[in-house]
Amino acid sequence: MATIDETRDAARNLNGVGRRPAVELRDATVVYPGGNVGLDGASVAIERGEFAFLVGPTGCGKSTFIRLLLREIDPSRGSVLIAGRDIGALPRKRIPKLRRNIGVVFQDYKLLPNRTVYDNVAYSLQVIGESRSSIRSKVPQILRMVGLSTKLNDYPDELSGGEQQRVSLARAFVNQPPLLLADEPTGNLDPETSLGIMQLIYRINRAGTTVIVATHDSQMVDRMRRRVIEMSEGRVVRDERGGMYGRRHHT
Amino acid sequence: MRPLFFLREALRALRRNAAPSLAAFATILITALVLGVFIPVVKAATAKTNEVRNKIELEVYINDDASRAEVDELGNMIREIRHVESIEFIGKAEALRILRKRLGDKSGITEDLPGNPLPRSYRIKLDDPQNVDVVKSGLQPVGSDGKPRYISPAISDVKDREDQTEKILSATSTIKIILASLAGLLGLASILLVANTIRLSIFARRREVEVMRLVGATNWFIRWPFVIEGLLVGFAAGLVAVVLLWVVKVTVIDDWSDRFALIAGPDTVDFGVLVLVLLVAATAVSALGSGITLRRFLRV
Repeated sequence: MATIDETRDAARNLNGVGRRPAVELRDATVVYPGGNVGLDGASVAIERGEFAFLVGPTGCGKSTFIRLLLREIDPSRGSVLIAGRDIGALPRKRIPKLRRNIGVVFQDYKLLPNRTVYDNVAYSLQVIGESRSSIRSKVPQILRMVGLSTKLNDYPDELSGGEQQRVSLARAFVNQPPLLLADEPTGNLDPETSLGIMQLIYRINRAGTTVIVATHDSQMVDRMRRRVIEMSEGRVVRDERGGMYGRRHHT
Repeated sequence: MRPLFFLREALRALRRNAAPSLAAFATILITALVLGVFIPVVKAATAKTNEVRNKIELEVYINDDASRAEVDELGNMIREIRHVESIEFIGKAEALRILRKRLGDKSGITEDLPGNPLPRSYRIKLDDPQNVDVVKSGLQPVGSDGKPRYISPAISDVKDREDQTEKILSATSTIKIILASLAGLLGLASILLVANTIRLSIFARRREVEVMRLVGATNWFIRWPFVIEGLLVGFAAGLVAVVLLWVVKVTVIDDWSDRFALIAGPDTVDFGVLVLVLLVAATAVSALGSGITLRRFLRV
C-alpha cells in the first residue's frame, strides 16, 4: 500500500507541492545492447513549470533522455529522478502508473489506427479507470481546445499530419499530467502547422505543466526564447535560459 | 476489470482489423475439421485392432478318460492362473457342432464318423494377448526334474494356434504404433500451425500494443481484449467446424454405416463428446495462444 501512496505523492509533487526539481538526471549513462552509447554521464535538472528545449544533432541522446523518463530503458549508471524520486527504484508493476502522470507526444504521432479521434483520446482516460460520464465531458472539451471538435469520428488515416499531432497532444494532456514530453513534435510538419502545435504546447505549459521538447527545429527554438539544453554525444554541452538553437547566434 | 469494456474492445478489433483474425479463424477451422475426422478414424481403427487381438485364446484339450470331477477341478485351477480373464467349457457335442459349422457344406462327412472323436476342451480368454506365454507356462510349469509337466493329468494338450498368434500380435502392434505417431504428429502440427497464425496476427498489431503501454495501460488492460478476441475467434471456428462435421455425418456417414460395419463399430467416439472436445480445444488454444504470444510485446 505504501507504494501507491508514494506514487500519489510523486504526482502531487510534480504539480508543485514539493520543492524538488520536476525532472533530474544525475550522471545518467545509457549503453544500448550492442555498445552504442545513448547518454554519457548527463546531469541536468528541470524545475517545476519550466519549458525546456532539448537540442542537438541526431543521435546526441535527446530521444534516450525521453525514453529514460518514461522508463522504457534503465540507465546503466547514474539515476533519473522525477519529483525527487528515483524512478529506477519503481517496481515494474508501477511503471504504468508513472506513465499515466506523463503526457508524451512523438514525431510519428503514435495514434491507435483502429480508433476514432474521440476514442484515441478517451483511451488514456479508460486506462486510468475514469468513468464513462467523465470521459464524455472531458474528451470533447480537450478536442475543442486543440481545434478538432468537428473531427470526433474521423479515423487517424483520414487526418492531416498537423491534425494527427493535435489528437496526440489532446491524448497526452487530457488527464492533465504534471509533465509533458515531446520528442520532435514538429519533425514531420510544415512551419505554419508547427507553429500551431508549439503554441498549443506553450498553452499547456502556462497552465502549470512542466514541458520538455526535444527538437532540431532551430527557427522554433529561436522564436520561443526558452531554456535550451544542448546535447552532443550523450553529454549536456550547453544549458542556458532564454537561449537560441545554435551557440553562434547567442549574443 | 470491466468485462463489458474489454468485450467491446475485442469486437472493435475484430471489426476494424479483420484480416489477421480471419487467418486465425481459417487455420483453427481447418485444424478442427482435420482432427474431427481423424479422431473417430483412429478410435475405430484402434477398436478394430483390439477386437482382432482379443481373438487370441488358448485351448486346453481334455483326456477322454478324465472324470467329471477332474474336469471341474481343472477348470478351477485354470481360473487361478494369473492373466486368465475367463474360461469356457466346450463339451463333446458342442465341439462337434462347431466343427460342422466350420465345415459348412461339407458337414455331411461328419455323419460317417463312428461316434464322436472330438475331445472336450477349455477355451481360455486372456486379459492381454501379450501374456499368452505366461499362461502357457502356468498350465505346464517346469517340474523339479527340469521337464515341463501339465498341472493336471486331465490335460491332453494345450494349443494356441502359434503361428496365427505371432502374426496378429506383431501386425496389431505395428498398426497401434503407426496410429499413435500419426495422432502425435497431427496434434503437434495443429498446435504449431495455430500458434504461428496467432503470432502473426498479434505481430501485425505490436505497434498498437506499444502505444497502449506508453499511455500507461497495465499489461492485463492490454491483454484482456486480445484474449477475448482469441476466445471469440476460436469458438466461432470450432462451431463452424462442428456444424460441417455434423452435416457430413448425417448425409454421408450415417448412410454408409448401414453397409459398413467398421464405421458403425461400437467403440467409435460419441459425436457429442467429439463436439465438446473440438469446441473446448479450439477456444482454449486460441485464447491462451493470444494471451501468451502477447507477453513478448509486453516486456519493458
